[in-house]
Amino acid sequence: MSQKTIDRSHEYVRIEGVTKRFGDFVAVDNVSLSIFKGEIFCLLGGSGCGKTTLLRMLAGFESPTSGRLLIDGQDMAGIPPYDRPVNMMFQSYALFPHMTVEKNVAFGLEQEGLSKAEIAKRVGEMLDIVRLGDFARRKPHQLSGGQRQRVALARALVKRPKLLLLDEPLGALDKKLREHTQFELINLQEQLGVTFVVVTHDQEEAMTLATRIGVMNKGQIVQVGTPTDIYEFPNSRFVADFIGSVNMFDGQLVEDEPGHVRIRCNELEATVFVSHGISAPPEAKVSVAIRPEKIEMSRSAPVGTENCAKGVVKEIAYMGDLSVYLVRLESGRMVRVTIPNVERHADERIVWEETVHLSWRPSSPVVLTI
Amino acid sequence: MNNRGWFRNGMLGLGLAFLYIPILSMMVFSFNNSRLVTVWDAENSPTLRWYVRLLENDQLLGAAWISVQIAAMTATGAVILGTIAGLVLARFGPFRGRAFLSAMTTAPLVMPEVITGIAMLLLFVSLEQLIGWPEGRGMLTITIAHITFAMAYVTVVVQSRLAGFDDALEEAALDLGAKPATVFFRITLPLIVPALVSGWLLAFTLSWDDVVISQFVSGPGSSTLPMEIFSRVRRGVSPDINALATILVLIVATGVVLSTLYMKHEEKRRLREEQMARSGN
Amino acid sequence: MDKVLATLHSLAGKRLVIGVPYVWLLLFFVVPFLIVFKISFSWMQPIQPGYAPLFAWVEETQRFVATLNLSNYQVLLQDSLYLSTFLYSVKVAAISTVLCLLVGYPMAYAIARCGPSTRNLFLMLIILPFWTSFLLRVYAWVGLLKTNGVINNTLLALGIIDQPLTLLYTDFAVYIGIVYSYLPFMILPLFSNLEKHDLTLLEAASDLGASPMKAFFKVTLPLSMPGIVAGCLLVFIPAVGEFVIPSLLGRTDQLMIGTVLSAQFFSARNWPVASAVAIVLLLLLLLPILLFQRYQRRELEAAKR
Repeated sequence: MSQKTIDRSHEYVRIEGVTKRFGDFVAVDNVSLSIFKGEIFCLLGGSGCGKTTLLRMLAGFESPTSGRLLIDGQDMAGIPPYDRPVNMMFQSYALFPHMTVEKNVAFGLEQEGLSKAEIAKRVGEMLDIVRLGDFARRKPHQLSGGQRQRVALARALVKRPKLLLLDEPLGALDKKLREHTQFELINLQEQLGVTFVVVTHDQEEAMTLATRIGVMNKGQIVQVGTPTDIYEFPNSRFVADFIGSVNMFDGQLVEDEPGHVRIRCNELEATVFVSHGISAPPEAKVSVAIRPEKIEMSRSAPVGTENCAKGVVKEIAYMGDLSVYLVRLESGRMVRVTIPNVERHADERIVWEETVHLSWRPSSPVVLTI
Repeated sequence: MNNRGWFRNGMLGLGLAFLYIPILSMMVFSFNNSRLVTVWDAENSPTLRWYVRLLENDQLLGAAWISVQIAAMTATGAVILGTIAGLVLARFGPFRGRAFLSAMTTAPLVMPEVITGIAMLLLFVSLEQLIGWPEGRGMLTITIAHITFAMAYVTVVVQSRLAGFDDALEEAALDLGAKPATVFFRITLPLIVPALVSGWLLAFTLSWDDVVISQFVSGPGSSTLPMEIFSRVRRGVSPDINALATILVLIVATGVVLSTLYMKHEEKRRLREEQMARSGN
Repeated sequence: MDKVLATLHSLAGKRLVIGVPYVWLLLFFVVPFLIVFKISFSWMQPIQPGYAPLFAWVEETQRFVATLNLSNYQVLLQDSLYLSTFLYSVKVAAISTVLCLLVGYPMAYAIARCGPSTRNLFLMLIILPFWTSFLLRVYAWVGLLKTNGVINNTLLALGIIDQPLTLLYTDFAVYIGIVYSYLPFMILPLFSNLEKHDLTLLEAASDLGASPMKAFFKVTLPLSMPGIVAGCLLVFIPAVGEFVIPSLLGRTDQLMIGTVLSAQFFSARNWPVASAVAIVLLLLLLLPILLFQRYQRRELEAAKR
């Protein structure tokens, strides 16, 4: 995880109240955002949330209906894609099928009018960095998926852009290759000091790559923060639900103190005690979100009368590293619990139809008001 | 299942026989000595007399030359206009009047030729009255008419070729700093070359083959080969036409067979290379 | 400022590129139809250009006079020759289209189920005649169908018949001619549709207990409907206005509309009536043409995916 500190003194991209409409459809809705130099910023969201449109506006393929885009302090309005200090790696890679790897990578440099020798030198260096030196004379259809991805990356990076836009950079790779390539991307980014803006629908990808994530929904940015922020402190039901899996209970505030709150949920018999204060009107309708891995499960009843529940195991999914249990509470509500498989032998494990007690720490639940 | 396979292949065989027997019979009878065309004169056949007769026929040869010129000009004009239209329709996104342009490019594909012919002729007559151009009718008017209906075919060919390529290719080129004109000449054009070649050949054939529209818009001294053939065969069967048909069929068949073999070769090479890429890592 | 100019430039450039085919097609495709429409309302004139102007400057009254002449259309309605010609053309085109489908469908189906290399060979064989002269291919049938033609001679020699059959200059000859000339136009859209079918659908159907026959009628045939419609339109629309085939192979006592139109134009030199015939024919075919355009648009959109 590249959770390094971000230098917030260099604001490199500034998005000011940008809206993009296609006819009646609002693809991007009044988005404001700052991206700092050297960041890997991930725009994360489902399909149609506006993340790709935002990226395409940065590249210059779409222009905002209203609002401003600044890159390195310069307003991008009216600047065509070919004059922007930005390069993009396309989801489909968009490698020119009629050119060799070498020619593909050289294309951008040729447009800058560099000398042949200079182009050859930089192309050679870049191909070595992405370990494709031996494939320079091949055409795209003669390459594997992973190699194509690296050509696309090399082609964009060889222009030495200050900002690289990546549209689902790992989407077309299979799972094993994807993990490997993630770390390669991070290394490359640190080595070259380029700012990355990555669009992805894959939360795992965003979590591993990003220094910060911007979660998008219906054209709006709903939360910006580090991967930990987004996962542990979601600011809305949407974010909590979108990132990872979560058990969400509707409830009502019954006690609201600066240091703690108590919440009564219809689906839980006991009250929920949360060891931090929240800002909500008294007796407000709230949601309590508890991550499955933060719930403990045992055959014996826990001490105390709060933060617990009793139920029957209805489903078990063995995933190798961990197991997912679906427990039906007495209210009929299903709760998802994940337990790491520490032991190799299954003798001690809880099985179907067993009655179990669930509990969690007071610091675990997140209280959401929107 | 076997039964159905037999039925399918039987139908295919019959269909192909239906397509080829008339052509083959024409070719066979082109070597027949008899003037009666369809009665085989076993004693004096095969003979090349109709081929000799054909080569001595200046009128037919002249018409063939006119047809070649018109077809070449048509093909070139139709490829230029059709490429632009195909590019605009496939790549320019929505613009006002797009639906109309698309309608105008597909309508000529099915429009009965007599309607196109009469419309073209009346246009040329009206234009001549209004602005004095085109002066009379001849090769120019035939070429214009042919370009107009042939470009529709080229547009479809180019459009569907472009549809097979990712739009992102052109965007990637723009992103890498290429100006729109550079993008066209270095990315788009090389990609659609095969479509341009087949579009050119298609337009050439359409023009070379057309009799109805040419008849409407031609003038004195600009009879095309199909017009000459038509006026001859309307009067009855003539053996030298069989010889002409044989020559045309052989030329076309050679061309088509060669290009198919070439394409097959290319396809094989490509498949081999892809295989190599997969096993390579 | 430079930037603004550049955008304007690229916008103007785009307009220019769009404008080239647009202007050409407007001038040489749309305007001609408007002219035909206009002339269909004018009086015939024995001198060039063969029709009287719709609007004329009349010296005596010092004003423009519009002479709208509906008689060309009245002729079409009153003279039963035109009505029967139209009906006959539609009938011939419809029957030929159905025959073409019956011949073409099994062929397209057989080719679509071949292995890839034989498939290309067969496709080439289907397209090859298209590249040779249409006129000569129709003409070839004259030699085959004549009273002393190849078919009659063969049948006589084999003793199947003892009197030559009348084959040429019949409806049958026209059907043959149209099916023969337009067969590739039927097969190609059918093939490109059938080729895309997922064969596991048929396996699923047979797994669910459908006989091959039933699977064909319940699965393959409905799925190939777009191909059938496209192929039929590609044959039917031009066949209605066909001119060459009926004049070489067809009856002399019953003409098709294309022949009548040409005769009005070239022999009777009645341009206004010929124009009216063209307009009515166009209106008759408008619906099929629009249908075809819808199909074509969908095909191109599908190719994008």
